[in-house]
Amino acid sequence: MNDKRSTVNRLSAENVTLAYDQRVIAEQLSVEIPDNSFTVIVGPNACGKSTLLRALSRMLKPSEGRVLLDGQVIQSMPAKKVARTLGLLPQSSIAPDGITVGDLVGRGRYPHQGLLRQWSAEDERVVRESMESTGVAELADRYVDELSGGQRQRVWIAMALAQQTPLLLLDEPTTYLDIQHQIDVLDLCAELHEEQGRTLVAVLHDLNHAARYATHLIAMRDGKVIAEGAPGDIVTAELVEEAFGLRCQVIDDPETGTPLVVPAARKARAGAARGSGATGAAEPAGGTDAAESAESAESDESVNSSGIEAGDAVGAAAKAAAKEGS
Amino acid sequence: MTTTVKAMRTRSVRTRGGLSLRLDVRASAVVVGLLLAALGASIVLIGTGDFPIGAGDVLKTLLGDGEAGQEFIVRELRLPRVLVGLLVGAALGLGGALFQTVSRNPLGSPDVLGLGQGATAGALVMIVLFSGSAAAVTVGALAGGLATGFAIYLLAWKRGVHGYRLVLVGVGVSAIVTAVNGYLITKADLVDAARAVVWMTGSLSGRDWTQVWPLLGLSAVLVPLVLGNARALRMMEMGDDVSYALGVRVERVRLLLMVAAVLLTASATAAAGPVGFVALTAPQLARRLTRSPGPNLVPSLCMGATLLIVADWASQRAFGADQLPVGVVTGILGGVYLLWLLVMERRAGRI
Repeated sequence: MNDKRSTVNRLSAENVTLAYDQRVIAEQLSVEIPDNSFTVIVGPNACGKSTLLRALSRMLKPSEGRVLLDGQVIQSMPAKKVARTLGLLPQSSIAPDGITVGDLVGRGRYPHQGLLRQWSAEDERVVRESMESTGVAELADRYVDELSGGQRQRVWIAMALAQQTPLLLLDEPTTYLDIQHQIDVLDLCAELHEEQGRTLVAVLHDLNHAARYATHLIAMRDGKVIAEGAPGDIVTAELVEEAFGLRCQVIDDPETGTPLVVPAARKARAGAARGSGATGAAEPAGGTDAAESAESAESDESVNSSGIEAGDAVGAAAKAAAKEGS
Repeated sequence: MTTTVKAMRTRSVRTRGGLSLRLDVRASAVVVGLLLAALGASIVLIGTGDFPIGAGDVLKTLLGDGEAGQEFIVRELRLPRVLVGLLVGAALGLGGALFQTVSRNPLGSPDVLGLGQGATAGALVMIVLFSGSAAAVTVGALAGGLATGFAIYLLAWKRGVHGYRLVLVGVGVSAIVTAVNGYLITKADLVDAARAVVWMTGSLSGRDWTQVWPLLGLSAVLVPLVLGNARALRMMEMGDDVSYALGVRVERVRLLLMVAAVLLTASATAAAGPVGFVALTAPQLARRLTRSPGPNLVPSLCMGATLLIVADWASQRAFGADQLPVGVVTGILGGVYLLWLLVMERRAGRI
């Protein structure tokens, strides 16, 4: 049962192959989620980051390999027990018609309840605390449908918190929110990580947000992890180009000192980026896709040399400008 | 010691031993009200007919000290009929609530999906091709309903049931089965055709204890099974991903509840014929009364039973005993309600 393994971390994936029906997203993928970290997974569209998160949260069963939670294969554990250890905020969630904020957050207590333990004093206390720590306590009696997008996301996070799991997975929690609410949600995540000592794993689109908030960053491309570690150690212009096919420079964030990715100006990228951009956005798998991107990369080769030169010139200018500003 | 704590719109009862129960106050009141209404309508209905009996006499007879003549009419003729009505209504209400919650769509109910037509096809095969007995017709209807449910399941199930996909598949299946039913009727001789048409309208007339016992037995198994999974179903309203994350075994619960819903609907149809629109309207009306989110299973069950009995009473009252099958009344009421629902959904921009 509880075989001692080399890994000390609570959540990990070992050599997993992830596929939807016949479409393979990732093969032989291994990932460790360091305990007490705020891990962020980044990568271009369709690189498999959300799929990895689904596998870690046992919503997608790996066709090969295994996901381990506390040393046990996650699929073999009782569903409610997993739900008391590992929470997930998925991208798609539906607020039932006419439900209030308090009721919705209360539903997060489901894994702690049973037929004869439907609503304990403990449930009530945890729900109140979850609403307070996400700042939605005063909305408790409001209907979820009347809230703004940012408020609604806070309510869903409150529901996940009420689940009281030491591990919390978030699938693109900032999508569809405006910048102020994005920062708001990320601040909340950082708070949960720092003050409550929870292990957080989030998939994020914005590389700069990831670099600023993550304590551990996992960069993916075509179903493979291409780099992982502290953002300050791994986020470089080379990595961004490799992962996203985007020419850029990486400077220090003037606010936090974390890496800040500044894409190269359009003119600088004009020649080179069209070719590498196409490969960056290409879906994994799909023979035709691969062939197409290979083709476009080839045809762009001739313009590449001039593009790189121009890019360097503009990059230097941008660097100078950044220095002036700081 | 028992403490009562007010939590939002619900009340919780807790004991020192760690037991806690949660009750939605308004929903509980609705359930009690509906049960009283069903009971009242049942007593009035038992007293209604060619030989009217007062409510007091009905009660007295039911409790065991009525006149011998009334005793026969009440116990052997009218009580089983009313019980079949209550059970059929309850099964349709519960089955409808299950279908609508799982498909997350008010139109995803057995009437629209063609389960009734499927059961009818099974019954017609027995009537027309084999001139079967009443028992054979019941078995045929049950088999037809189950087969249709299975076919819809196979066609609509792709990584879970999704609202309009299920409805559209159901409409397609329903059209095919209706055509088959039409063919069977044209093939039938006059006597069989008349019998078939009466069966197809959905009626409680002539129902006796042989219909009561199987229905009661099946309900005794299925209702507790369904209610035991009600909390998981409530979580499933929020989408598969969220309910997974909360520790619900989504596929297993969904399969179990769909099988239960098909069984409930098919057995109700086998007992009383395809009584239209109860499964569609009962959950909706119940939800409007309780104003509570969630599947509202118990209120829907009670609403179904009440609706069917009141509709039967209304038809007997207006047209005389056994002149108008109850399916006609529920069909008209339900059809009007369906149109209203479509208009409202259109206004809300969902269609």
